[in-house]
Amino acid sequence: MDKFRRWIASSDMASIVVLAIVVFAVLPATTDIFRLNLIGKYLTYAFVAVGLVMLWGYGGILSLGQGVFFGLGGYCMAMFLKLEASDPVSTKIQSTPGIPDFMDWNQLTALPFWWEPFRHLPVALIGMLVVPMVLAAVIGFAMFKRRVGGVYFAIITQAVAMIITVLIIGQQGYTGGVNGITDLKTMLGWDIRTDSAKYILYFANAILLFVAIFACRAVQRTKLGTLLLAMRDKEDRVRFSGYDVANFKVFVFCLAATLCGVGGAMFTLQVGFMSPSFVGIVPSIEMVIFAAVGGRMSLVGAVYGTLLVNFGKTYFSESFPEMWLFLMAALFIGVVMAFPNGLAGLWESYVKPWLLRERQAVPVPAPEKTPAVAEDPSEAEAASTRPVARSPEHAPASKNRSDGVDPAVA
Amino acid sequence: MGLSASDLWNIVVMQGFAGLSLFSVLLLMGLGLAIIFGQMGVINMAHGEFMTVGAYTIFMLSSLTETYAPSLMPYYFLVAIAVAFVLAFAAGWLAEWALIRHLYRRPLDTLLATWGLSLGMQQIFRSTFGAKEVSPTLPEWLLGSWSPTEGLDIPINGMFVMGLTLLVTGGVFLMLYRSRWGLRVRATVSNRGMANAIGINTRNTDRMTFAIGCGIAGVAGAAFTTIGSTGPTSGSLYIVDAFLVVTFGGAASLLGTVASAFGIAQTQSITEFFLTGSMAKVLTLLAIITILMIRPQGLFALKMRR
Amino acid sequence: MSNSDYVLAIEDLTVSFDGFKAIDTLNLYVDKGELRVIIGPNGAGKTTLLDLICGKTRASAGSIKFKNAEMTKLAEHEIVRSGIGRKFQTPSIYENLTVFKNLEVSFPRGRGVFGALKFRCTDDVKERIAEVAGEIGLEEQLSMEAGLLSHGQKQWLEIGMLLMQDPELLMLDEPIAGMSVRERELTAELLDRICRNRSMIVIEHDMDFVKKIAHKVTVMHQGKILAEGPMERVQSDPKVIDVYLGH
Repeated sequence: MDKFRRWIASSDMASIVVLAIVVFAVLPATTDIFRLNLIGKYLTYAFVAVGLVMLWGYGGILSLGQGVFFGLGGYCMAMFLKLEASDPVSTKIQSTPGIPDFMDWNQLTALPFWWEPFRHLPVALIGMLVVPMVLAAVIGFAMFKRRVGGVYFAIITQAVAMIITVLIIGQQGYTGGVNGITDLKTMLGWDIRTDSAKYILYFANAILLFVAIFACRAVQRTKLGTLLLAMRDKEDRVRFSGYDVANFKVFVFCLAATLCGVGGAMFTLQVGFMSPSFVGIVPSIEMVIFAAVGGRMSLVGAVYGTLLVNFGKTYFSESFPEMWLFLMAALFIGVVMAFPNGLAGLWESYVKPWLLRERQAVPVPAPEKTPAVAEDPSEAEAASTRPVARSPEHAPASKNRSDGVDPAVA
Repeated sequence: MGLSASDLWNIVVMQGFAGLSLFSVLLLMGLGLAIIFGQMGVINMAHGEFMTVGAYTIFMLSSLTETYAPSLMPYYFLVAIAVAFVLAFAAGWLAEWALIRHLYRRPLDTLLATWGLSLGMQQIFRSTFGAKEVSPTLPEWLLGSWSPTEGLDIPINGMFVMGLTLLVTGGVFLMLYRSRWGLRVRATVSNRGMANAIGINTRNTDRMTFAIGCGIAGVAGAAFTTIGSTGPTSGSLYIVDAFLVVTFGGAASLLGTVASAFGIAQTQSITEFFLTGSMAKVLTLLAIITILMIRPQGLFALKMRR
Repeated sequence: MSNSDYVLAIEDLTVSFDGFKAIDTLNLYVDKGELRVIIGPNGAGKTTLLDLICGKTRASAGSIKFKNAEMTKLAEHEIVRSGIGRKFQTPSIYENLTVFKNLEVSFPRGRGVFGALKFRCTDDVKERIAEVAGEIGLEEQLSMEAGLLSHGQKQWLEIGMLLMQDPELLMLDEPIAGMSVRERELTAELLDRICRNRSMIVIEHDMDFVKKIAHKVTVMHQGKILAEGPMERVQSDPKVIDVYLGH
């Protein structure tokens, strides 16, 4: 039992296993399919939160436009499903049968050419990965190569979120407008609305989420992961150690965007529609708070944070709608001011010491810290979850390095 | 479309004037933000809500005057602008004391915390004034329009707002470059440690700066009521634009803020006539982002030795 | 003597900030294996000069040739990769990482995105880290978090991070600032050792230390070179005395 307790406390693998038990066994066993489907929806947001841990927690880059990538992934999937739902037979009452209903309502008489490829599932699947990645690469290269960072990057991603939302809503003939793409029914003939389909999709989504967590964990353990942390705290030092800092930022931005895309596609499949209300500024910032509540440095924490905030949101907006925004406000403020490392931080500073409490008395099995095992996860974890004094590098004013000996002699 | 040259000219002038109203709101929002962000490095996502405070102040005072002293209706608006400033100033002072001062040097975290603040303020507005949009009863003299030539109608409220904006902008310039507070702010910006050492209370300076920025947003709210109706989320409509105004102009430059507010408002207003509103918005934002890519430090940034 | 014999040849280098010339048509040549110390009063442009060489600041005019290749147009990381290492004035290390990780990250392999993903800490990397750690006297502290080191040790760690790259030109900005007397002595020995197969530029104020390490001294004043030569000669130069005492 003691050994088990110690394992729980000191291995990051343990926390992943515990999460897996919760997601794969506890939740499906204790909730009905309606609630489970809801949880599945939350877990699609967890992709975004996991991506934000890499981007924001590790890379120090705050994007307020992750909803854009979530939406792009979701729309790729929704376009495929919509085309399948819009076969000429079931749309024969339209003036132009065979095109999505909203196109018909907007007097379109033919399918736009860029919709055509989405008749094929492989295109949709590749699209949900590649479209967000490419957009992230374009924005990333444009911004990071020009050394746009910190709050400027946050504001620009916000503007991008606004542009994409306005575009989707404005071009309703092509995108379904403010309602989004709705009435999705089948995928390759398989009805996604049945209970059994919802079960299968829930588990598929959960498996993908764990693949994402393991992939991110693998990246964290490479030199690239170390470099991200190094860049976040001392960008200039990394640059003057011979690294092209921008490329690493683009990489992690693309990684986060791709994860969002997967989440968005899984959202579409489980919820049965996609709309601009998941793309804009408000959902994008809400997704940041999922990661912040879980702990911006913890992949597993991000999933718990997402679940917790969304349970709260559902509960409160059903029971006390007035209270919800106040609670959300308190979450934003509290997590920033009092718990900058979120749930994972609480775990590190309260639960873990308690689990390890005899260690002081019997100091034998302390994990050795030799350079040879510098990849020891507990060490990386310890280094990363400590309250990190966010370096002033992000502040515009601090660009002028305080040059004690070199004040301008005017 | 069969437009004659003079028709086209009138359209440009009128759209230009419509743009001036947008320019006024953007500039008043941007000025407050520029002071707070440029001078203190704080991202205030709740800035739009401070504007809404100002707008609701006008609404409240208009209702009060209408009920209790209808004879004063022609004059209340001017007093209300001052009250809007004072209330938004007080709210800003409180927010700085409770929240912002704990977060200096953590700009990204301030961003999230002030976003939380904005959510809370929106809910307060909703609980107090209801979710429906409200409009104050404007004094008679603000309504109507002025036609210098035929086919050309320039709304009076637009001109009033314009004048108000010029007044506030001039006031900010004077305060920043001629007053003791301005001197303290500029000293604090250029070297916080040294400013502290020579006896400037930088904490008070910060609080004052933040509160003044918010107060100006309150005036922006007053201006806003003359061109649109106020709802709990009115402020958040302008926040992204206002931030772009500030970054586009170069965070440390008030002159840049004026120029970029003008450029953005005019671009949007004039393209709006030829395209749909949403496409005009998209094109304007895209143009800003592209230019920011070429000149990330903004249009009017100083070249510094670093 | 042709320029190709120098490791670093700076010619007519100028940089101005809003009309103020921080570096003004400056010429500087550094030999192979030379340890050059740059001294000068505050605001002379010493740090700016290092910034220009390593690409942190862009030159308004003039050329910087490193091993006969022009540096002024290269990006920072390209300059580093061609063999120039630079230590900042305040210790610039990754405080949250261990000393070992600090050195590992500085190892010049896997510098691209995918290279960094594939990078493994193989035996040659570990050997090199052990070697450098021995050189800078931090072999005991390898598993310690770098933020917990003393100020002097942080300075050494940053020098060690540069040594990992094995640069041909090493630039140190005030390496002994804030060090104790004993630490200064150790640093002087360290610089003496690591200078054997590379050139170095050191900015320093401490004249005793300068005397101990310098092969040649360059005195800068108001963005220009005031005097250059062995320490004794420079110290007795009336212009230099005037600049240091006359202000």
